[in-house]
Amino acid sequence: MDVDPVMLARLQFAFTIIFHIIFPSFTIGLSAYIATLSALRLMTGAERFQRLAAFWTKIFAVSFAMGVVSGVVLSYQLGTNWSRYSLAFGNVLGPLLGYEVLAAFFLEATFLGVLLFGAQRVPPWLHLVAAVAVATGTLISAFWILAANSWMQTPAGHEMRDGIAYPLDWLAIIFNPSFPYRLLHMVTAAYLTTATVVLGVGARYLLADTFVEDARTMVRMAVGLIAVMAPLQLLIGDQHGLNTLAHQPIKIAAMEAHWDGSKPGGLVLFAWPDEKAEMNRFEISIPHGASLVLTHDLNGLFPGLTSVPPADRPPVLPPFLAFRAMVGIGLVMIGGGLGGAVLWWRRKLFTARWYLWLAARGWWLGFVAVIAGWIVTETGRQPWVATHILRTADATSPVPAGSIAASLALFVLVYGIVFSMGIYYINRLIVNGPRGSAIAAPDAGMPSRPLSSVEQTGREFFRAG
Amino acid sequence: MQMEWYLPVIWAAVIGIAVAMYVILDGFDLGIGILFPFARSERERDQMIGSIAPFWDGNETWLVLGGAGLLVAFPRAYAVLMPAVYLPVIVMLLALVLRGVAFEFRSVARTSKAWWNVAFAAGSALAGLCQGIVLGTLIVGIKVVDGAYAGGPFDWATPFSCLCGLGVVSGYGLLGATWLVVKTDGAVAERARRHATPLLLAVLGFMAVVSVWTPLAVPRIAARWFSLPNILFLWPVPLATALAAYGAWHWLRSGRELLPFVAAIALFGLGYLGLVISSFPYLVPPSLTIWQTAAAPPSQIFMLMGTLVLLPVILGYVVFVYWLFRGKVREGEGYH
Repeated sequence: MDVDPVMLARLQFAFTIIFHIIFPSFTIGLSAYIATLSALRLMTGAERFQRLAAFWTKIFAVSFAMGVVSGVVLSYQLGTNWSRYSLAFGNVLGPLLGYEVLAAFFLEATFLGVLLFGAQRVPPWLHLVAAVAVATGTLISAFWILAANSWMQTPAGHEMRDGIAYPLDWLAIIFNPSFPYRLLHMVTAAYLTTATVVLGVGARYLLADTFVEDARTMVRMAVGLIAVMAPLQLLIGDQHGLNTLAHQPIKIAAMEAHWDGSKPGGLVLFAWPDEKAEMNRFEISIPHGASLVLTHDLNGLFPGLTSVPPADRPPVLPPFLAFRAMVGIGLVMIGGGLGGAVLWWRRKLFTARWYLWLAARGWWLGFVAVIAGWIVTETGRQPWVATHILRTADATSPVPAGSIAASLALFVLVYGIVFSMGIYYINRLIVNGPRGSAIAAPDAGMPSRPLSSVEQTGREFFRAG
Repeated sequence: MQMEWYLPVIWAAVIGIAVAMYVILDGFDLGIGILFPFARSERERDQMIGSIAPFWDGNETWLVLGGAGLLVAFPRAYAVLMPAVYLPVIVMLLALVLRGVAFEFRSVARTSKAWWNVAFAAGSALAGLCQGIVLGTLIVGIKVVDGAYAGGPFDWATPFSCLCGLGVVSGYGLLGATWLVVKTDGAVAERARRHATPLLLAVLGFMAVVSVWTPLAVPRIAARWFSLPNILFLWPVPLATALAAYGAWHWLRSGRELLPFVAAIALFGLGYLGLVISSFPYLVPPSLTIWQTAAAPPSQIFMLMGTLVLLPVILGYVVFVYWLFRGKVREGEGYH
């Protein structure tokens, strides 16, 4: 067979990790939102916070389950498909992943049981503790996995002996140069993603004139968060970009499709980078724009793609296009957040139907931005799996292409089923909405199911139809 | 030099405990899936799922710890093993995906509910089967050249590994059945008690075959058990296994609720101990020992510090959650 096993292994990893990141991007923010709602309920005693917390917990349960099972896959894929990577970096990255499991996964998984099924068995304050434990767990998880990813981008605190990395300084390994920026950028992105979904759901209810009180609370809270965090994200992203310029200049060159480093770079609005000809086709750009953004000087110079041999360049098109998608969505979010804040201030937030219409249709923006951002940073890191240490092509397992192709096909099939059904059920939960105290009180031993009320709707729907 | 000797031993113990925790905890909830086809009604299935719903996610996390722990402490073993059992591991992961989402999906599905019941049952059984195949492959040994896996993609497909796969499935079934005896009542508990005895006999049959087969097929294992002075120390292991088996059988008959589950765990623990005795100190039999595959000492120490603090905390809140959801799950509770 003529298929490249490295490309197949990369495709498989890209597919499984893109599928996975969808769920953490949502559950990191959603667990914090649920904890906030539970805390508000305890402080104010307002019934709507209780309803909203119960409603979002049901959606959280479905999303989290998909996140967990797709995450288990990743912890083994490093060995099945990337065994030479595991061998080279086990000493350095292994403990970071180990700490993620011990400090985060057990906390999340164990207290999830209390959060989902314990409402009738524990006092409200302990239920809040469980919500906070789950939210904290997702953040600890983000901390360690982003430390590991950042080390691959900007390795530090280690030495290489015979192709194997040995740790010298754990603090330098964990707090490697790109880590603080990546952590802040990703966690902010996760909160924005969740807020965009919450806003979308609230707007959907307001447009349909159902669950109005709860929907107003959702829209207010989401607009407040987006109005503050979306502009902040622009600032964080800018700093992250400057950090990347300092440590991975060729990634920046690919993101900007900047070929010739001897001239100032234009801010390319659109182009079709041609890697063979080493130039951009159909380019529309603002002259000196990229130089101004990256060096704060109109005539500032930054390295171009041609400053390294073609074998050391990342593919240009994916980081270039994905970067534009991410920034574009970021700007839309800033507009949405600030626009919502203005409407709120003018007391038109719940009546401006055009705004609600757009918000209800824009719920997915955060997910696409997160995926686009990861495509930028991961394809931009190529051809290295860990920058300047190990090439991706040298990191694979001794597994024939046929095995990888067969398993990739299985992943696509299974994940396709799981994802489409998951979306379908979550949508059904949203249609059902926050009704009364949704989690029925079990009289004895049986934990109540988070989805039970959906089934009820299903039955009602069934009878009606 | 001392440190380089005992650190891998400590880590082998830590990972051994994690794998044992996984096999016992996820064992009983995979067992619920294996017994799923025998339930008579949707209410019974809900009751069975209800007995594990708050726990399964935490149980499965021990599997992640096993994988990550291997990468942390024995990266060379992780890098050799995973490619060797590539297909069974991938199939196991996909089976776990399907059964994992089935927990949430089946209770909301209407027309497709039967499919998620099938996914839960088949996913659980397939995951157990693949785990047994991986175990069997490991016991017999893996072809390693220059520190990397050197076999083909189907080296794992042997009669012995398939036998181990079926053995693990019946063992998980036994754990699941005895768990249902503890956690449920009514028709589900009675049927579980009836099923537990044939499952116990099946497990004993598989254990006997493995115990005879491995020393005959692998001289290294025969030498470990039957040479002097080893045999003088090791004879209590099969005796204790026989006692645990008798206990399980007897307590199932005499209507006890918790003790059959305890005996099933003991049986698993002893079988596991037997395999450890057969293979130690090889992590990738027959060539790589725990010392040859160990991570650098600073890596093992850094992770060990965290483990010593976090593992007791984890065990603490795991116990708390099991205590919180104590008591029996009755038919017809929840789900409406």
